[in-house]
Amino acid sequence: MSTNIIKINSLNKWYGEFHALKNINFKVKESEIVVICGPSGSGKSTLIRCVNFLEKFQEGSITVDGTVLSDDIKKIRQIRSEVSMVFQHFNLFPHLSIIDNLTLAPIWVHNKSKQVARNKALQLLDRVGIRDQAEKYPNQLSGGQQQRVAIARALCTSPKIMLFDEPTSALDPEMIAEVLDVMVELAKEGITMLCVTHEMGFAKKVADRVIFMDEGQIIEENHPKAFFDKPESERLQLFLKQILSE
Amino acid sequence: MAVFKQQASKKVPNLKIGVIRWLRENLFSNAVNSVLTLLALYLIYLIVPTVANWALFDATFAPVTNEQCGREGACWRYIIEKLDLFIYGFYPPEAYWRPQWVVILALAFVWIAKLLKQHKYKTKIVTALIIIYPIIASFLLYGGPSLEIIETHKWGGLMLTIVAATVGIVASFPMGVLLALGRQSKMPIIRFLSVVYIEFIRGVPLITILFMASVVLPLFFNEGMDMDKLLRALIGIILFQSVYIAEVIRGGLQAIPKGQYEAADAMGLSFVQKTGLIILPQALKISIPNIVGSFIALFKDTTLLLIIGLFDILSMVHLTSSDENWLGRSTEGYVFVMVVMWIILYSMSRYSKVLELRYSTDHRN
Repeated sequence: MSTNIIKINSLNKWYGEFHALKNINFKVKESEIVVICGPSGSGKSTLIRCVNFLEKFQEGSITVDGTVLSDDIKKIRQIRSEVSMVFQHFNLFPHLSIIDNLTLAPIWVHNKSKQVARNKALQLLDRVGIRDQAEKYPNQLSGGQQQRVAIARALCTSPKIMLFDEPTSALDPEMIAEVLDVMVELAKEGITMLCVTHEMGFAKKVADRVIFMDEGQIIEENHPKAFFDKPESERLQLFLKQILSE
Repeated sequence: MAVFKQQASKKVPNLKIGVIRWLRENLFSNAVNSVLTLLALYLIYLIVPTVANWALFDATFAPVTNEQCGREGACWRYIIEKLDLFIYGFYPPEAYWRPQWVVILALAFVWIAKLLKQHKYKTKIVTALIIIYPIIASFLLYGGPSLEIIETHKWGGLMLTIVAATVGIVASFPMGVLLALGRQSKMPIIRFLSVVYIEFIRGVPLITILFMASVVLPLFFNEGMDMDKLLRALIGIILFQSVYIAEVIRGGLQAIPKGQYEAADAMGLSFVQKTGLIILPQALKISIPNIVGSFIALFKDTTLLLIIGLFDILSMVHLTSSDENWLGRSTEGYVFVMVVMWIILYSMSRYSKVLELRYSTDHRN
């Protein structure tokens, strides 16, 4: 736990006139689990989507594993091949079977042979508990199963960093647990994770650090214990009160 | 407060209904429907016997002359006598084997592709066949080294219709895909050129383009430099059709959720990989019914070739019925062409349904 695998320096982003990210500075160490929370529209999704350049930014710099993000498409693809993302709406490819969804990136981006990619994919499906669904298509699976496939797909390329963009927000309550379980298992394995989520239980259990954002700024960050027990800023106190009183 | 016992699932009740009840529910459910049903039956009574008598019961198939054929029934002898013209136009009879082989090869290649199913080299073999076929087909039809050349002005009938439609369909499809992608491109110049091209061609009827190709285009050629008339018409058809395909595919592209692009990007796929593996397969699938619809329209539009002096199957009616031995038989000719066209177009429409089912995106069991 020494090197900073993600470094974000005075990052600013605007959507048109709207200042979406205001002077963001933060670093993530290797193997660190960071949870980002905040009210909707606070810029938390935008922030992690900047890390793999799904969103362009106008000012500041992001360095991922020693590579500085720029408009250079080669560098962007290089970073994307090391950073995997899990989306709120899964974004599985509906025209491909589960196994083909998993082997796509290993075969086409990482030049793995079909057999190697397939073996690894089956192993990962086994790990998320749906190996028997390998030949099915995404729409035949429940939401929770689809999100577990999406996590397996993200892991298929052996990424150094995993980005989670509200992975449980689109799920029925009874399916949230099965996805969180997979994420907790993952957290124990030493992969760097950056999670945008409202699951405070998850944050308490596995996060090394929790960040609170509001109106495009980082308002507070702390170790989970201090973050939940002694929130300093008024806005975080209010946010926690609202989110925990449900 | 109450707690309810868990119930076991029951079987669906048998919903079969008798003939009488079916009639009452579907044809005579209320006064208006009853009247409409009776009206429809009356129309059928008026039309079907008349048509059947003309086309079948009073019709003549036997080898007779025009005069011996009755006037109350159809004279199918005329079609039989002129069948070669309807199919091949003025293509020399001793070379009929050439278009026949073109068809046989097409069927054989499709059959080979089907047999290969999961073969290791399937994609490579199919690609090779797709590249080889047009070369063989055009060599057979037109001729070349060691094969007598048959000029395209002798081509005609169904053969010409099918050549024009097939070339139009096959060549306009990739061009349409590129134009659709061009219109969505992030590069302003490519987008601008695609939009200009699409909007220009879309604003012009096919007949104008065919006239341009046959009359105006040669004005730009130097003396002695000439381009085959059919080739010019084909280029016109391809330019025209690609625009409609492009617009249909654009509709499909716009239906792909943003998340699909993002997931592909996040994986590190290149633009070509993302387009070829993720976006186009889904967009084309959605567009199948409209693509086939557009091809059906093109097939019908090939009858416009008549205007620039190419003799497709429809123009053969005009030509053969002015034969003094068979005067006044154009009705039979038009009915024959209608039936041939209908069979081909209906097959295309059914095939589109098959494709839709085969590539159904939903896979919901």
